[in-house]
Amino acid sequence: MKQYETVIGLEVHVELATKTKIFCSCSTAFGSAPNTHTCPVCTGMPGSLPVLNKQVVEYAMAVGLATNCEITRYGKFDRKNYFYPDNPQNYQISQLYLPICRNGHVDIETEQGKKEIRIHEIHMEEDAGKLVHDEWSDCSLVDFNRSGVPLIEIVSEPDMRSAKEVIAYLEKLRLTIQYLGASDCKLNEGSMRADVNLSVREVGAKEFGTRTEMKNLNSFKAIARAIENETERQIDLIEDGEKVIQETRRWDDNKGYSYAMRSKEDAQDYRYFPEPDLVPIVIDDEWLNRVKDAQPEFRDEKKVRYMEEYKLPEYDADIITLHKKMADIFEKTTELCKNPKKVSNYLMGETMRLLKDKGQEPEDLKFSPENLAKLINLVEQGVINGNTAKDVFAKIFEENVDPEEYVKEHGLKMDNNSDEIRKIVEEVLANNPQSVQDYRNGKEKAIGFLVGQTMKAAKGKANPGIVNQLLKEMLKNE
Amino acid sequence: MANIISDETIEYVGILAKLELDGEEKEKAKKDMGSMLDYIDKLNELDTTGVEPMSHVFPVQNVFREDVVRNGDDRENILRNAPEEKDGNFVVPKTVD
Repeated sequence: MKQYETVIGLEVHVELATKTKIFCSCSTAFGSAPNTHTCPVCTGMPGSLPVLNKQVVEYAMAVGLATNCEITRYGKFDRKNYFYPDNPQNYQISQLYLPICRNGHVDIETEQGKKEIRIHEIHMEEDAGKLVHDEWSDCSLVDFNRSGVPLIEIVSEPDMRSAKEVIAYLEKLRLTIQYLGASDCKLNEGSMRADVNLSVREVGAKEFGTRTEMKNLNSFKAIARAIENETERQIDLIEDGEKVIQETRRWDDNKGYSYAMRSKEDAQDYRYFPEPDLVPIVIDDEWLNRVKDAQPEFRDEKKVRYMEEYKLPEYDADIITLHKKMADIFEKTTELCKNPKKVSNYLMGETMRLLKDKGQEPEDLKFSPENLAKLINLVEQGVINGNTAKDVFAKIFEENVDPEEYVKEHGLKMDNNSDEIRKIVEEVLANNPQSVQDYRNGKEKAIGFLVGQTMKAAKGKANPGIVNQLLKEMLKNE
Repeated sequence: MANIISDETIEYVGILAKLELDGEEKEKAKKDMGSMLDYIDKLNELDTTGVEPMSHVFPVQNVFREDVVRNGDDRENILRNAPEEKDGNFVVPKTVD
């Protein structure tokens, strides 16, 4: 049996987080009624003229700088011609000859160790409209709200050899771009879309095999499955003496297979030519340096700083920096309550658990650092106990309640009154003679049950320290 | 004419441009295209060593817009340009990937 190797390059489209479209002042807001964010420019009306959104250039530069690219100082746009109803102009304004960024790389890490993935180029372009098939009329419906939303396309070199490397690369891009605030990069909502170019070859071969391009990959899981499936399909073809055809394929994640879409058109078929309606973009040192100076602290640096400055364990720093939103909440909360480890515990424990329960992403978090800081202070100052704090946190997570007011309103203050707790403990001991007996016979676990009963009787508000201490004392005495 | 356009080429260009040409139109287009390419050949005779490629006919650069929403909902007007509309959408012939 011959040994094969998979060769993968990625084309990643990222929707930029601008307020307006790339060439007109229409809103980019997601989820509005069809065609309510349209104008003559983004519906391709004759005589309309595009004007470039400056923020698009700045985001593209920022992503390029963060991925070690050379920034093209004299750039322009080109027209890519094709006919499709989601493309009202019959051309897409894109960049072929002078893309804004070139020759970059990012470093990834997998179980196999560190590796550099080269980036061929990053270019700016406009998104197309949305086409929906109408079952009733056997027609298609077009919504141009997305037409003209700014995209960058990040084209890697064919440097990846496994699904794990692909996912590590995508994670790295996602984190970098999220840290820049240039996009929210949600695969499931389409603000990050990856097309996988894949070929196989015998191990040791110098030439690449014929590649296919896989589209419609909406999750990391779908990407991994599609890569495995396509690798097998190509190896089977070769083993059977057939040829791999260069084509675009569409992945169906429910069925677990792909089918051919259309034979890949050659580049010249798009009849690219310089876009006459837009003038060249000149990026001088001053502009470049301004964007450079505004670059944020990225994940790797942040992780190291969290371990040094806040003394977080590596495990905590790793998880918290995995999402920009988490890191932001961590820093602001810590600044307010000066208790990094407690903040980290809340984020990694309860926050992660609740997110998982609700099927949400860290980007969806809505509570304020102020309220989490107040909650931590309430526990530290002994105003509420850990149990109560857990319940209050669920409310903060859900509705961003002010914990100080919530505790007051619901009478959740911890009971530190030893005399009252003593009375409750006496009752609990009297009602549970079996557990008392078990404890005295050396079954130390029985105390856990008694603590639970006491807390229950005290409606969860008793100071657990006092409960423990009193129980031990009283169990010993009698 | 130095450039002779083949039947295959004109057929292919027609498909890309979504144009249906009859026999006579094809012959005319072949001739036009041939003379255009001849003219390009003529231009190519010029020595352009040291001349920067021109990206735009106007000596203007860096024309930008600030990222501020200025367009409101103008769906009614925009849809007036639609041959047919349904539920706020443009209706087009059935198109599936």
